[in-house]
Amino acid sequence: MFYYILRRVLYTIPIAIGVSLVVFALVHLAPGDPLSAVMGEVDQKMLAEMRASFGYDKPLPVQYIIWLGSALTGDMGYSLRTGAPVFGTLIDAAANTMIIGTAAALLGFIIGATFGMLAGYNHGAWLDKVVSSATIAGVSVPHYWLAILLVIVFSVQLGWMPAMGAGSAASILSWEAWKHMILPVIALAAIPCAIVARTARACVMEILSMEFVEALRARGLSERRILLHVARNALPTVLAVMGLQFAHLLGGSILVETVFTWPGTGYLLNLAIFDRDIPVLQGTILLLALFFVSINLVVDILQTWADPRISRG
Amino acid sequence: MKSDRLKLTLACIGVMGALAGGAAWGQSKPLRVGMTLSDIPTTSGQPNGGFEGYRMTGYTLYDALINWKLDDAKGPSTLVPGLATEWKVDDKDTTKWVFKLRKGVKFHDGSDFNADAVVWNLDKLFKKEAPHHDARQRAQVAGRILSLKSWRKIDDYTIELTTHAPDSTFPYQTTYVFYSSPAQYEKLGRDWNKFSQQPAGTGPFRLEKLVPRERAELVRNSSYWDAKRVPKTQRMILLPIPEPTTRASALLSGQVDFIEAPPPDFIPRLKSQGFRITSNVYPHIWPYFMSFREDSPWRDLRVRKAVNLAIDREGIVKLLGGFAAPAAGAVDKSSPWFGKPSFQIKHDPAAAKKLLAEAGYSGSKPLTLKVMVSPSGSGQMLPRPMNEYIQQNLKAVGINLELVTQDWEVLRNCRRAGAGSPICQGVHGINNSSATVDPFSAFGRIYSSKAIPPKGFNYMHYSDPKVDAIVEKSNNIFDEKKRDQLLGELHAYLVDNAVDVWVVHDVGPRAMSAKVKGWVQVKHWFQDLAPVYVAD
Repeated sequence: MFYYILRRVLYTIPIAIGVSLVVFALVHLAPGDPLSAVMGEVDQKMLAEMRASFGYDKPLPVQYIIWLGSALTGDMGYSLRTGAPVFGTLIDAAANTMIIGTAAALLGFIIGATFGMLAGYNHGAWLDKVVSSATIAGVSVPHYWLAILLVIVFSVQLGWMPAMGAGSAASILSWEAWKHMILPVIALAAIPCAIVARTARACVMEILSMEFVEALRARGLSERRILLHVARNALPTVLAVMGLQFAHLLGGSILVETVFTWPGTGYLLNLAIFDRDIPVLQGTILLLALFFVSINLVVDILQTWADPRISRG
Repeated sequence: MKSDRLKLTLACIGVMGALAGGAAWGQSKPLRVGMTLSDIPTTSGQPNGGFEGYRMTGYTLYDALINWKLDDAKGPSTLVPGLATEWKVDDKDTTKWVFKLRKGVKFHDGSDFNADAVVWNLDKLFKKEAPHHDARQRAQVAGRILSLKSWRKIDDYTIELTTHAPDSTFPYQTTYVFYSSPAQYEKLGRDWNKFSQQPAGTGPFRLEKLVPRERAELVRNSSYWDAKRVPKTQRMILLPIPEPTTRASALLSGQVDFIEAPPPDFIPRLKSQGFRITSNVYPHIWPYFMSFREDSPWRDLRVRKAVNLAIDREGIVKLLGGFAAPAAGAVDKSSPWFGKPSFQIKHDPAAAKKLLAEAGYSGSKPLTLKVMVSPSGSGQMLPRPMNEYIQQNLKAVGINLELVTQDWEVLRNCRRAGAGSPICQGVHGINNSSATVDPFSAFGRIYSSKAIPPKGFNYMHYSDPKVDAIVEKSNNIFDEKKRDQLLGELHAYLVDNAVDVWVVHDVGPRAMSAKVKGWVQVKHWFQDLAPVYVAD
């Protein structure tokens, strides 16, 4: 197990370097000048001077090495638009996204896994039909549309929740902070909840049809014990899906965060894209990519814990 | 008896205190503004975020030497003394301007505003070797004060600014430069990033709190030098809400008091729920700038007139819920520079077809025009439906309009690079809105052959010796009325030659709660937020 974990951790190093290279290339190969967008109406001569002063006149490989070297020391440069350090900006945004991402994951995974397993276990019953319909709706409804709908119903019509922002509460534990989070969390949780439910349902149904379940029944185990066995066998697949969904959530949703003006990484990325604020764009995409790599690593390890056959494979 | 009197006195004091407290609380109700920007504009002096940045953290926290008159909704906005009480061009050398500075003005940190502060700020922006030079701030304003060559202090309250060549429009250019406190910059360890968190300008508001991407809280500068513009509200909170539906929802749910650019489909509902909607035409034009290069069909005057006559501007205004004004030229008819053009820009498809036939185009040989458009962008209004509407209008007279949709920044880069540049991808023109705030913005930078890229913003490569001569002459006329008259002649000439496709002017709709008082929407990109407050 230890060597397996070590091997998986070592694998992430070339992946992370590859990711950084792709991130850098994508950002720089996109059309448009990185400086003209943030520098307002300046002429070509002035743009060339500015480009030189920010180091954008150097060959791309040189720029990449300089950027990677600085990023490894935690220095991701400064925002072209505001002049603020990218690292600090990213940390603030990531913390905000983590708050609603974790809350949405908890909400979505608990509801999704519970109802998915119950639906799979009661295949064909009314509960299964209700859960199946709800999950189809969940994965089909665009979450930005759901977000707008939630705002119209709960903010505009009923006036229960704020329509936007993270509020100005000093503590995250206050009601003021919570009420700003409720609608974004529901909008974010809808898709992962449905995906986890569908996966759990399919896994449970598949496992229930296996011979060992019949054997368990033949040995006289109670249905509750049988469900526990089934759940344990479904866990690796469900965990893998949860891991990917969790990484998506922590990556922040550009659309949902923009609809709610939630100051997380999705909103920051949107801002950086429109401003072509290269240092912020690079930093944010790199952070999000590393989120995915790290969460995949954790999920791999958890899967191995749940099903030791994986490490042997 | 004594004890009763004491109780009565205490009760009276209590009641008075409660009333006073209530009144004070009422006055201190913050004004919460929903901006269309995605972030708080920079606050260190020269704001980013275009002219919305100037409205929100420019003219609120700072002043220019010359400010805009922003309290009259009827007439066009004019220049008024700001940090300079008077300015005069040298009779003998018209490249030299002397500005008398206002005495007694203090920055928010308590330090004095004087000629040294002006020189320090101009060094900050335009002297690259100055230790406090800030490239970001320079980039925001350099393109707006191109005539400035040098500056020097004459005495503590007099400065001299020199232009590259005589330029009577120079006072307009000074309205874009704001003045930050040198003392505050020193106090904060000569760090512009720290300065942007704790800026000190001279404006009617002070910045109290800044949370990037979330909010800026501005509080009243009670000792502001212009008593008439001391803010009525104790506190103003700026909130970036780029999504139009969310912005309108925030207003409807009472989370904000005032929003810019409510989405047109929300306006009837806002009105029915008692919210106030205001609008006013301002120096903005939503045009197609077309290429005049050798291979362009736009070089034919008949084609230019035909396209202008084929567009149903009233229909577009209707499409926008009434929140636009049909254009009859680059500037609105109420502008002193409109002049008396003989070519009437109106919807006349029959005349358009006739002109096209004369130019040799027919059903078997249709005219095809490719125009680069963006899905969004500053001043672009609702580009997709508007361009599709025009596409239908042109189709009706036999013109195929191909819309090449590109990212806003690609469009801007194409404009900077000029027609025919590879980045423009073979289009005949671009749909890029433009400000016509001052004579240079409206004419010199768009139509002068001196402004052909890479030197300036004449995307079209338009070159007409007569236009160049009028621009040059107007720069040398220092009598405002005479200059306006000449610019009217220039504008009439441009319209008669149908140089661009002029479609509509924006009217900048705003929506606000019925409790918002003091708002006067003037005919300008900039607006004064100082008199605006939320009543009980």
